[in-house]
This record gives sequence, structure tokens and C-alpha cells, in this order.
Amino acid sequence: MLDKNGIAQRIAQELKDGYYVNLGIGIPTLVANYIPQGMDVEFQSENGMLGMGPFPFEGEEDADLINAGKQTITALPGAVYFDSSTSFAMIRGQHVDLTVLGAMEVSDSGDIANWKIPGRMVKGMGGAMDLVASAKNIIVAMMHTNKAGESKLLRQCTLPLTGVKCVTRVVTNLAVMDITDQGFKLLETAPGVSVEQVKNATEGRLIIEGDIPEMKL
Amino acid sequence: MSINKVVAGPKEAIQGIQDNMTIMFGGFGLCGIPENAIAAVREQGAKGLTCISNNAGVDGFGLGLLLETRQVKKMISSYVGENDEFERQMLSGELEVDLIPQGTLAERCRAAGAGIPAFFTPAGFGTEVALGKEVRWFNGKPHILEHAFDASFAFVKAQKGDTAGNLIFNATARNFNHAMAMAGKVTVAEVEELVPVGELDPNEIHTPGIFVQRIFKGETFEKRIEQRTVRPKA
Repeated sequence: MLDKNGIAQRIAQELKDGYYVNLGIGIPTLVANYIPQGMDVEFQSENGMLGMGPFPFEGEEDADLINAGKQTITALPGAVYFDSSTSFAMIRGQHVDLTVLGAMEVSDSGDIANWKIPGRMVKGMGGAMDLVASAKNIIVAMMHTNKAGESKLLRQCTLPLTGVKCVTRVVTNLAVMDITDQGFKLLETAPGVSVEQVKNATEGRLIIEGDIPEMKL
Repeated sequence: MSINKVVAGPKEAIQGIQDNMTIMFGGFGLCGIPENAIAAVREQGAKGLTCISNNAGVDGFGLGLLLETRQVKKMISSYVGENDEFERQMLSGELEVDLIPQGTLAERCRAAGAGIPAFFTPAGFGTEVALGKEVRWFNGKPHILEHAFDASFAFVKAQKGDTAGNLIFNATARNFNHAMAMAGKVTVAEVEELVPVGELDPNEIHTPGIFVQRIFKGETFEKRIEQRTVRPKA
């Protein structure tokens, strides 16, 4: 079974040289720690920059330089700043190669819910709806079940949706799955996790074909 | 000759603000917000305002200052709630909140400034954001109809500006400031540095002065940091 860093490490294997990538808040942010050696990828932050670097050294933080989570960051050589409408032109116009998002629920047809829990304080969707509606390659990073052990990979989402039929791949603490017309297609299991465990933790339709390899980290 | 848009200070800059107006405020979180204009609107006391801003500030800073004084009737934002007073007013029903996708928010500003009354976007299709909105399919994909904003004033903040209203922003403090500058019927820019025309390189200007009606040098900029994240020096 993977922890959050393990999930991020597995998702980093999806990066390709030359990719522009948008990372959501939470587990997705950790993906930046596992960029394969020698690979060039650029991170887009939807508040208006490409070429986002790591957190600044203490004392070097700049109030004018933040990421979409409002954290102080740095810029790498070749970075560029732009306004919000240009930023979402990049996103809506499908110029971003890969989007990694967290989720509360994902359905087996690729619907995603990650912005609102009725009855709780609603903070808003931020850029998530624009991202999921337009990105051609959306990987969701999430835990397979909630704290009560209930599946978050469902036949249908129960929470208010962020987008419909948009997720392409899901990486959880238990498995890697693609979204297909027939449901979640199991591609890999996490180290030490059986296919049976994945089955039991998945409420949505799960397709298991042949031998399922274990993830390599 | 160029047009001189300089006003003496924030008090003069916000002249014409009235109760129940719709006003845009640039910024993302607390980054690049028009601090001086917000303080002046608080001082001036206009009530019943509809504020278009990506976020709603924090307690005691940014738009949180106008929430404290109950000057805001409605917030139109993409992400809110980093603010206890905001939460209290929202839950008690004192404050109306319209949450919309961030890209749609930006484009509704840009469209307003560009003379585009409405546009179709895929963002929000199939979600509660799409309720009651016209849906049309383009290139095999569903899109929803969104309308340009209509704001009497836009308050923006830039690093540098000249007396003709040309603006240059710093880093990610550009965010919504450019599109909102385009959108305001009256756009007021506050800058850290105000220079005579001719000093800015025309190649380097981000927002052409044609979009800006008033400009002033802000007296102070606190530039508070919302999430200070650092790494130790190795």
C-alpha cells in the first residue's frame, strides 16, 4: 500500500520530457518532488505563471510570487508570468499536457467531485472546473477509500460534481486504473496489495483482465 | 502629448462610488490587491456593494476590511472562506455569494473589456454551475453560455505605471488585474511607482493606458503574505 508520497512518485512516472503540467493542491503538489533525472517539465500555476520552482529560502519570500495555493514560491530560469485570462486560455485551449488533481470521489465513467460537501462550508471550485472540463489528460491522485473505509471510486458520484466524463487515469494508495467505457480498468496494484483488496475497495465497475502487474517505484 | 490620468490619492481615485454598485477588485488571494482603494472605499462608506474578486480577503485585510464594515452585499468569486467574518455572514444569510469557476471569472472580465457580451465555455457543464444556462455543442463537446460582467468600477494594482495609465505588473501579482483593468467602466490603478510618460519601454507595458481612467501612487503597500512557505538553507 502506498502513502501520499508513493502515489505522487507513481504519478511522476506519467511525466514526459517537454510536458507542461498543472498540479492541484494536496497530493498532486508532491509530484514535483519526483521528476525523473534529466527530464524537463514545466509547471503551470493557474494564478499566472509557467516555470514554477520550489519554495524560497527563508528570508527570500516575495509577496508578489505565489502559487495557486497562495504559497510563496520561486521562479526557475525561463519562467514567465501572465494574466489570469491568458492562464485559462492555456488550460481551456488544451495547451497544458497533463493535469493532476485530488478528488473526494471519482465515478467509473470519469466524473469527478472535489469541491463541495453539502452542509459544510463551501469554499469554491477555484480553477478545478475549468481544468477538468478542458484538459485532455487528467490524472486523479487520491486515497482509494475514506476514513470509514468506504470506497471513493464509485459507480456514480454522490457529491456535487466538478466535471463529467473527464478523468483519464486514477492513481490511489492501492492501484492504478484507467477510465474506460466499461468502468475502471485495473492496470497495476500497489506493492503488497492484492487484486482482491482492490476489488473490495472499489464500489464502481472494475475490469480485471489477465495478470495484473505490481507497480514499480 | 499624452493624456494625464493622475489623481492626487485614493480619495480622489474612488470618486463616484455609490451604494449598490458593482465593483471589481484585482488580486489573487492577497497578492496584487488594490490595498489603497480598498481602504478608501471603507473610509468612504458605500454600502450594498457587489464585489467581483477571485477571493474575499482574510480577516482584517484585503476585502475582509469591507466585510467587517458590512459594505458588501454580494461576492462573486471562485474561492472564498479563508476568512471567519466572511463565513459568519455567509452562513447567516447576510452575504450573498456567487461561486464561479476561476477561468470563467477571468474570461467574463476579459469579455467585458473586449466587447464580447457572452461566450461559451466547457467549464461547469454537468455541474450546478450550469443550472439554467444555455448549452450548445461545439466540436462534439457541450459548452455553457456565460455572460460578460458589467462593473462600474475596477480597482487594480500594478508595480509601475506612468501618468498616461500604462501599467507594468510584478510576477504573479498580475493575475486578475489586467482583465479587470480592461473591464471597468472606470478603472482605477494604484501603483508602487509612478513615472512620467516616456519612461516605460513601450515593449514592456502589460496593460495599455487606454483601459485605465485614473492612476495614483499608493502611499503604502503592506503586501501581506497569506501562506509563507520556505525551505531551509542547505
